[in-house]
Amino acid sequence: MNILILGAGQVGTSVATALARENNDITVVDTNEEKLRELSEKLDLRVVNGFAAHPSVLARAGAEDADAIVAVTSSDEVNMIACEVARTLFRTPMKIARVRALEYLRTPELFASGHVAIDHLISPSQRVCDYIERLIKYPGALQVLDFADGRAQMVAMRADSDGALVGHALRELAQHLPAGAEVRVAAIFRNKKAILPEGDTVIELGDEVFFLADKKSIRAMMAELHRIERPAKRVMLAGGGNIGMDLARQLESRYSVKVVERSRDRTRAIAEALESAIVLTGDCADEDLLREENIDQTDVFCALTNDDEANILSAMLAKRMGARRVISLINRPAYAELVESGMVDIAVSPQQITLGALLSYLRQGNLARVHSLRGGAAEALEAVAVGTAGGSKVIGRRVDQIDLPAGATLVGIVRGERVLAAHHDTVIEGQDHVIVFVADKRHLRKVELLFRAGALAV
Amino acid sequence: MQIGPILRAVGNVQLMSSSLVLPSLGIALWNDDGTAIYFLESFGILLVIGLALFFATRGASGELRMRDGFLVTVLVWLTASLVLAIPLVLAPPNLSYTDALFEVVSGLTTTGATMIVGLDQLPQSVLLYRQMLHFYGGLGIVVLAVAILPSLRVGGIQLTKGETTGPVKDSKLTPRIAQTAAALWLIYVGLNVLCTAAYWLAGMTFFDALTHSMSTISTGGFGNYDASLAQFDSVTIELIAIVFMILGAASFGLHYLAWQRGSMNPLARDPEFRWFLGIIFGVALLVALQIWLGGRFPGFIESFRHSLFHVVSAITTTGFVTTGFADWPGMAAAALMLVGFVGGCAGSTSGAIKVVRVVITAKLAMREIMRLIHPRARFLVKIGGSSVPDEVISAVAGFVTVYIAAYVVLSLGVAATGVDLITAFSAVAACLNNMGPGLGAVAAHFRDLGDVAVWLCTLAMLIGRLEVFTLLVVLTPAFWRE
Repeated sequence: MNILILGAGQVGTSVATALARENNDITVVDTNEEKLRELSEKLDLRVVNGFAAHPSVLARAGAEDADAIVAVTSSDEVNMIACEVARTLFRTPMKIARVRALEYLRTPELFASGHVAIDHLISPSQRVCDYIERLIKYPGALQVLDFADGRAQMVAMRADSDGALVGHALRELAQHLPAGAEVRVAAIFRNKKAILPEGDTVIELGDEVFFLADKKSIRAMMAELHRIERPAKRVMLAGGGNIGMDLARQLESRYSVKVVERSRDRTRAIAEALESAIVLTGDCADEDLLREENIDQTDVFCALTNDDEANILSAMLAKRMGARRVISLINRPAYAELVESGMVDIAVSPQQITLGALLSYLRQGNLARVHSLRGGAAEALEAVAVGTAGGSKVIGRRVDQIDLPAGATLVGIVRGERVLAAHHDTVIEGQDHVIVFVADKRHLRKVELLFRAGALAV
Repeated sequence: MQIGPILRAVGNVQLMSSSLVLPSLGIALWNDDGTAIYFLESFGILLVIGLALFFATRGASGELRMRDGFLVTVLVWLTASLVLAIPLVLAPPNLSYTDALFEVVSGLTTTGATMIVGLDQLPQSVLLYRQMLHFYGGLGIVVLAVAILPSLRVGGIQLTKGETTGPVKDSKLTPRIAQTAAALWLIYVGLNVLCTAAYWLAGMTFFDALTHSMSTISTGGFGNYDASLAQFDSVTIELIAIVFMILGAASFGLHYLAWQRGSMNPLARDPEFRWFLGIIFGVALLVALQIWLGGRFPGFIESFRHSLFHVVSAITTTGFVTTGFADWPGMAAAALMLVGFVGGCAGSTSGAIKVVRVVITAKLAMREIMRLIHPRARFLVKIGGSSVPDEVISAVAGFVTVYIAAYVVLSLGVAATGVDLITAFSAVAACLNNMGPGLGAVAAHFRDLGDVAVWLCTLAMLIGRLEVFTLLVVLTPAFWRE
């Protein structure tokens, strides 16, 4: 695909990196020559220096032939105008833009077809908020991913000695769970290596288990792997930036929320936007403040500033002072790996989340959603089976007849409102949302091709 | 200080208020009840005073400034009350001037406390005159509350409205005060027409329907009968009264928006109005339980009917009664007097502290408690999701403090004249809140009070109506220094 990426910031760079490695023609536009040079030295792509929304710059970047345009500059307005220009002058088929300001997002009609010419809108802070909210909802989960608009969810957990299934083979799972529960273990990571789950695979202590379940069975399955934790009630958010404020607003009706923010002016703005959350002025690594606000009784502490180091340190401090679970925003993948097994329970990467969203739109095939797992090493895809039994490689076939590459597991199917755990004899129907776990990213492309409409005819 | 233009403004209002006598004069002639001559005399006197002021200040030049508004407002109310008392001295019931002034102030401030016993025997012309005072006073109050007090920044309400999100944003409905006043006049008259029609259809005579509608929308409370609304003994009429008392006690700015948009949304979404309804139903429920369990009425439904009616009547500061509440058991009677301190919404015809100020004060108290628990936290006082600026909070806190102080001082003053404490404190509460009936000796009328107490109550009505500060500002030496 010929893809135009506007903006070489963090997200722009990581999208470019991911896509360039998958044999796409990438052009990156930015005003910062330094960044562009760095990028072009590292990757096989074209760079154009200029203001991303200007028609001449877009023309120079080859907008005429682009299949897709990804506008991720730091300015919402530039992103929107660039998409408008691309539609009007170059008829670019797919336009994806990042829009951060809540003021725009509050009126979705703005982006309906025929208005602002954005085909797919990405709002990172919204996605990060949803992501963290799901983590808070399921105490003990390391990662919670939505499929088919939340009808099915994939949860990652570490098995501990209180889990009923730990030390048992997977085939015993059916006896443990209530009848009708649709649950399928997708993958097990033991010592950072993927194990394909079979019926006789025994779950061991410390295994990282990914399972897919319909919403009502999640808690039952979690109890199989981990001691049962009481639901979170008290949440403390360190850092009142966009993410901190949006998350507080999302959580405040169901949890007792405290937000810690350093700037006095900013606390006023946050207090203005929030209804019942308590907004504290102070440093999120201030021991006295944390103690005063009962950090030892806090269920979840989230470090949400835009500074990786500050997040890690304040999360570690909160953990030491007695917070039950600490979550930290960490952008650098190296840091995430460093801390996740130690003092910080969960590292959340906004970049990975945004990237996953962008990639799901850009990947070929009928992918509805792509989630990066384990810091990008593995992926979980949601693909829609389209076409007829004759023209598709999946429709009308049983799961064990589908030609999946090694390391890929067909985990489950969402059919209408129902979630089905995949068994070897489950038959795929048209319009099924099929969820596939890909342990090795190199095989991603094969899975994509599998779900391409009319692939056989080519 | 621009004495010339101030007096000219007062003269204009004076001249207009002389027309207040004309409907009574008309009906007196029509009925030929012999009172026409008194109203004609009164009209003459009022006209002469008005014309004298008008011509004396004809040459006065200069623009009125915002600060002059305090003095104009106070003078207009004061002089209008002083001269409009004349007809009640001349015509039956031939009150003393002190009593007549009390009655007129009670009418103009839409308090509804009365000096007259034997209303049923009075000629229609006099009854109509009392109700015209309500009608005229209510209109004056709406214009005062929506168009004038906000520009004078009395008691913090203007800024609250200005800061609220959504439809209430415009504290001024139209760009110019004169236009705003005209729009308000239309709505006020419109509500009166609707209320008259409703009463009429519910079985009142046209005269009763018209006059009672005047005292309902203005949240006044004068009636044509000593028994007040109990005269009609009709649930329908009580329900109509409840609805229109609540409408009269809702912000006229919101009425204007609702009318302009053809939808009730501005009212239904207004946080103050919702609080108002919440307080009404909460208190009505508690009082109903109290009087039911206390054995005042058989059955909860009947208790609730009387409780709801009197709670609405008290909180809107109307003061209609059916069964009366002075003899209600337990806390019920006191609760009804106290709910009168809350009053209706800002920008309405009701008196007292106003719901929005009460809510802000309550939230302020809550904030102080939360501050002690979380010393490092930032708490804002919010109304309808947006925060109230600090200067408004202090204005409101100041208002409530001064209001209570005025209440205490005046009550002690009335008690000093020798009446019992329940009568003294409830009489001043009824007057200061512009509500009407009190407890003890003033449960039905104020005749049994001595002259000094009556003057203090008259003062209380004016203080309450002018939102305390307007009057206090004029009484402060610093206002006159320049």
